[in-house]
Amino acid sequence: MKSGTAGRRSHLFSCTTYKDAIAMMAAWFDEDNIMAFISALRDRYQSEIEAIRASGLFKDERYIHSPQSSEIEVEFPAGSKPRKCVNICANNYLGLSDHPEVIAAAHAGLDSRGYGMSSVRFICGTQDIHRELEGRLTEFLGTEDTLLFPSCMDANAGFFEACLSEQDVMIADRLVHASIVDGMRLCKAMQDTYKHSDMGHLEEKLQEHMDKRARMIITDGVFSMDGDMAKLDEIVELAEKYDAMVFLDDSHATGFIGRTGRGTHEQCGVVGEIDVITTTLGKALGGASGGCVSGRRELVGMCRQRARPFLFSNSVAPVIVAGALKVMELISRSTDRRDKLEWNARYWRGLLKDAGFDIKEGESPIVPVMLYDAKLAQDFARDLFDEGVYAVGFFFPVVPKGQARIRTQLSAAHEKHHLDFALDAFKKVGQKHGVLGLGKKELLARAGA
Amino acid sequence: MDEMGTVVRDYIVREYLEEDDNQEITDTTPLISGGIVDSFSMVSLKRFLEKKYQIHIPDADATPNAFDTVQNIVALVQRFRNAAQIGA
Repeated sequence: MKSGTAGRRSHLFSCTTYKDAIAMMAAWFDEDNIMAFISALRDRYQSEIEAIRASGLFKDERYIHSPQSSEIEVEFPAGSKPRKCVNICANNYLGLSDHPEVIAAAHAGLDSRGYGMSSVRFICGTQDIHRELEGRLTEFLGTEDTLLFPSCMDANAGFFEACLSEQDVMIADRLVHASIVDGMRLCKAMQDTYKHSDMGHLEEKLQEHMDKRARMIITDGVFSMDGDMAKLDEIVELAEKYDAMVFLDDSHATGFIGRTGRGTHEQCGVVGEIDVITTTLGKALGGASGGCVSGRRELVGMCRQRARPFLFSNSVAPVIVAGALKVMELISRSTDRRDKLEWNARYWRGLLKDAGFDIKEGESPIVPVMLYDAKLAQDFARDLFDEGVYAVGFFFPVVPKGQARIRTQLSAAHEKHHLDFALDAFKKVGQKHGVLGLGKKELLARAGA
Repeated sequence: MDEMGTVVRDYIVREYLEEDDNQEITDTTPLISGGIVDSFSMVSLKRFLEKKYQIHIPDADATPNAFDTVQNIVALVQRFRNAAQIGA
């Protein structure tokens, strides 16, 4: 509390209702400063937030008034009337976030298993459907066992500390997701990195660490910022040659990469050869929340005993488990959605290239439109929104300096007319900023790099 | 200084730059604040220096600023080499 106000606390006892007490407290404090906080601390945090704002890195939310889908209603700026726009920045790859069968299954799960578990898994938080979903994921991913986590962020944060120690080494691709970086930092094993997808560099690192008890190669399946794919077949070969384990975060691949959507390991022909896969229910698999560690029985077993985010946070809510079970049924029944997504991604890449945009090549539904300049990326995204297209600019530190871009993401929920509409907006905004037809060199020169 | 600077520069080019990256690394090129080396991959540079120059750099001294330029890195290594010699 503010100094000088402590003595007033006794006056609160004269209040007969909670409402009166709140009204009395509100009268004591400035309206904006009602929460107790030492003013020096308040100043410090305010100036840090202002510094973030001044550097152009301030992140703000836009309020969506509809279910997640290819067309959403967005209130932006805050306080304005929500308006409809085409969404090309969600991780809703299979378009299942608002699928009627998933919603119905979630309703049924809510009715039959309740709202929350009020417990971690090992006390009284495991229902039959948690193990059923783990079984379905194991079968789908082609592994030996699976353990659900509150999120894939938690799975990555908990895995390394649970499974590796001082005598071991973790060798990660330099572009792995931030949650893996955090997880590695929590682990006592030696850390090392290799240049992005550089197999020669990875081999050098494996040779350097042959004295360690265990070596673990760590990679994303599809890299979230560039949309490119790990060379998993070559990684597995190196792992065999140097007796290493392979860790794969397939969050941007599970459900749609590979002929039947199993993931990057299916695409690269190495199903059953990846020691551990982490992935999420928060993207293609319905997009709610939750993640998992799936792989060798013993590694999953170690997570069950030692992974702190598993041990010390609540079970995934029954309603999400029930929805995810329906998702597993839908994607096991048919590949229609991943096939449509593949078509959409190819079509969208072609449209952008023909229009003269500089895009990152690849096969995934993550299609970055390269602008290289941070301010341009921000302005471009804002102008797209004015044209009815919701996309976001990414720049340092999320991507390397001088690599700013608009990351577009396709969904099976997109129809051809959505993509045609989005292209018109891109062309209009591209013309306004004079970037159409410019290659990397010209765009870099324009950005002053 | 010159010889150590060259060794450090060569390592940085080999370890952190892509083959097609022709960026010149000078004694004062900002490495971490310039986005060439990030804190995640900095550990291999620290380990290289410790092995090459037979020193131990405590984590508290392995700050982003101490690793931000070749000049700073050389100063850091020399400080710990001198300390090791005095200790011996």
